[in-house]
Amino acid sequence: VRERTPAGRGPRTLGSIPEYRGLLSWISSVDHKQIGLMYLATGLVFFLAAATLAMMMRTQLIRPENHWLPPHTYNEIFTMHGTTMIFLVAMPILIGFAMYLVPLMIGARDMAFPRLNALGYWLFFFSGLMLFFSFFARSSPAAGWFAYAPLTEKTWSPSQGMDYWALALLANGAGTVMAGVNLIVTIVKLRVPGMSIRRAPLFIWMVLINGILIVLALPALNAALVMLLADRQLHALFFEPRGGASALLWQNYFWFFGHPEVYILVLPAFGIISEVIPVFARKIIYGYAFLAASTVAIGFLSFAVWIHHMFATGLGFPVYYVFAAASMLIAVPTGVKIFNWIATMWGGSLHFTTSMLFATAFLIQFTVGGLSGVAFAAVPFDWQVTDSYFVVAHLHYVLFGGTMFAIFAGFYYWFPKMTGRRLSERLGRLHFWLAVVGFNTTFFGMHILGLLGMPRRVFTYLPLPHYAELNLISTLGAYVLFISILIFFVNMVVSLRRGEPAGDNPWYAWTLEWATASPPAPDNFERVPPVRSRRPLWDLEHPDDPDWRRELEAAGRQT
Amino acid sequence: VNLPSVLSPESPQAQAVLSLFWLILAIAGFIFLTVTGLVITNIVRFRRREPIAGHPRQFVGDVRLEIIWTVVPLLIVTGLFLVAIHAMRTIQPPVQGRQPDLEVTAHQWWWEGHYPASGVVTANEFHLPIQQTLLLRFRSGDVIHDWWVPQLGRKIDIFPNRFTHLWMKIEKAGTYLGTCDEFCGSEHAWMRIRVVAESPADHEAWLARQKQPAAPPATAEAGQGAGIFLSHTCVSCHTVAGMSTGTVGPNLTHVGSRQTLAAGALENNARNAARWVQDAQSIKPDCHMPSMWLSDEEAQQVAAYLEGLK
Repeated sequence: VRERTPAGRGPRTLGSIPEYRGLLSWISSVDHKQIGLMYLATGLVFFLAAATLAMMMRTQLIRPENHWLPPHTYNEIFTMHGTTMIFLVAMPILIGFAMYLVPLMIGARDMAFPRLNALGYWLFFFSGLMLFFSFFARSSPAAGWFAYAPLTEKTWSPSQGMDYWALALLANGAGTVMAGVNLIVTIVKLRVPGMSIRRAPLFIWMVLINGILIVLALPALNAALVMLLADRQLHALFFEPRGGASALLWQNYFWFFGHPEVYILVLPAFGIISEVIPVFARKIIYGYAFLAASTVAIGFLSFAVWIHHMFATGLGFPVYYVFAAASMLIAVPTGVKIFNWIATMWGGSLHFTTSMLFATAFLIQFTVGGLSGVAFAAVPFDWQVTDSYFVVAHLHYVLFGGTMFAIFAGFYYWFPKMTGRRLSERLGRLHFWLAVVGFNTTFFGMHILGLLGMPRRVFTYLPLPHYAELNLISTLGAYVLFISILIFFVNMVVSLRRGEPAGDNPWYAWTLEWATASPPAPDNFERVPPVRSRRPLWDLEHPDDPDWRRELEAAGRQT
Repeated sequence: VNLPSVLSPESPQAQAVLSLFWLILAIAGFIFLTVTGLVITNIVRFRRREPIAGHPRQFVGDVRLEIIWTVVPLLIVTGLFLVAIHAMRTIQPPVQGRQPDLEVTAHQWWWEGHYPASGVVTANEFHLPIQQTLLLRFRSGDVIHDWWVPQLGRKIDIFPNRFTHLWMKIEKAGTYLGTCDEFCGSEHAWMRIRVVAESPADHEAWLARQKQPAAPPATAEAGQGAGIFLSHTCVSCHTVAGMSTGTVGPNLTHVGSRQTLAAGALENNARNAARWVQDAQSIKPDCHMPSMWLSDEEAQQVAAYLEGLK
């Protein structure tokens, strides 16, 4: 395959593309690659902010009855940490990967709606500024990221913090819906001829289902935010029990959005893992059809599980039976994926680049988070440990040990494509090992703290037996994790300037994004290679053993 | 005082959850070891250190294997679901019109208890008899709270506009710690619960003492304190039976008999009581009790009075 990266004139980088020079070219851009990169960069800046907030929380909790942070400040910090990580870090970074990669992976020139794409990004950008402006206005939200009414009503939260929160998330949610619509239409309409949906890379499958989840789930949150604002500003009575409204109504709206949201944060991560593992195992993905179909199943089931966040609210048993059953069921398609990734590695030639290291740790850590999730589906166990530190452990195993580790794998994998330079593997390994040790030290002990009766969202705790040691260990682990994140940032900054030039296809990967220059020209492809199977570049390299023949044979065996 | 651990249950309700937990842990442990074992086997057997080149045999999947690892987990979760339902029914049978033995009202950031049979009112510390199946009923005075005493059974959310219930049968006498477990504002951390479980006879005796009117001040210092209590705004929020009828804050008729102050934030003694009435806001910032800014001497007198209210 001919290298498209021109030799002899210095390495190709973002700076060597004339169209990308100058700040104005970025601010005014409707190019999906620039917008994707801006999503990623903005998400990373907020990640550093949210991680700093987490360090403040862990420092406050380093010993029992610590007086460093006043209670209200601590509550503002954990609210901002959760809200930021969900809405300004994990979701935008995953959307950023999708915006950057979807047109490249399907052989398209851009997204279906480039201007809508830009609007979505800028709504996200300004929603983040508005949320963080609340710190400078000295009134940050302090009701937790799920903001249960009536605590969020003006009577109990009289400062403007909740207004900043609701307005910021409303702008953010509108932007996210735009991204979702754009991704769906792009994937459905703009695939290169030859790429039937059954030949689309699994990342595309995951992003497509994700887009559908976004479009169906986010409006529930947006509607609830409008009602909350109406309550606070216009004295409406949606969530104010003293006016006869139901305190449970908010929870239904919120978790109707909130549980699909968990899958919105996890499916694209599954997509990243489904691209990274085959390439570094040098094998075709195992059980493509099952991986795709299980994603569809997760998509459906994710709308039938929200009540499991409300098992302790004393609703009737029939409701619990239905939602407990669905919550148990959703573990099955998720487990299928884990086994398929393991089977993809089986018999392969495993190359443990930093990206593959993160993907491998993802498999184990996500399994821990998934298993504790099944435990919560067993209603009586939920009755004991929900809202305790056990939940904090569970959700971080899913969203940090899972999603964030997949995001790291994605950065090490696609950074060369995006910038023309590789990330340093030496710093990458240091980042990885400190992250694994730091993450597990921080969060594993929280399972035990929860079982020992420590509630979540407390600014301090009694010096009961084991509490001090377990919290100290957790805080020290958090510092190690923070150092690993700083190393990741150093790696990005250093590699952006001095990283090893990547070439078109440093990993010898097989999907279309690697069939163009790194970074790609503004119009993406000179010529899209023919697509006759799931791995067009494999077919080009191995005309004697093409995938399309293998797929035909497999289909023949089944019929 | 016991560690409020899910792992040391003292009621059949908490025991049922723990048994379920051990079952889940066994299943989860088995699956975790299987996954980790397979991943490690992969790493050991298939790791290559040479540069990326060449390729192993390509295979696209095996439908029989896929069906096995779809159906086996399906059977596991189905079984777990049935066991969980059985435990639910054991822990939370229907109320069916039975009157509660204790009515709890949750407030930002303290607990109010009312024993309907005897009319006794208490705060933050609930005396309950052992070896009796008790029904507790909950309601919130403001935002959503949650009752959680891990050794005695499940937790339950508490709402301003609807009642929730839970059952408990305490096996052994002792003091059990609990806490509010739904974030409810600034001082959520200091909304602790104490359940003092005692024999039915001891419990009757306790109820009898709690029904007594407030003890008159026994010393001159306590007498001074009673005067300050009456002449300041204390009375607009607190009840001391026979002296005042405020209901915004905890009933203080027998405050001296309790183990803690400020919903578990302070040990109950004269020194802490004096600090508390003097400057509650520095001890428990944002709580609904104002700092009274008494002189040290006045604060000690009030403390002497309150500590005498056994």
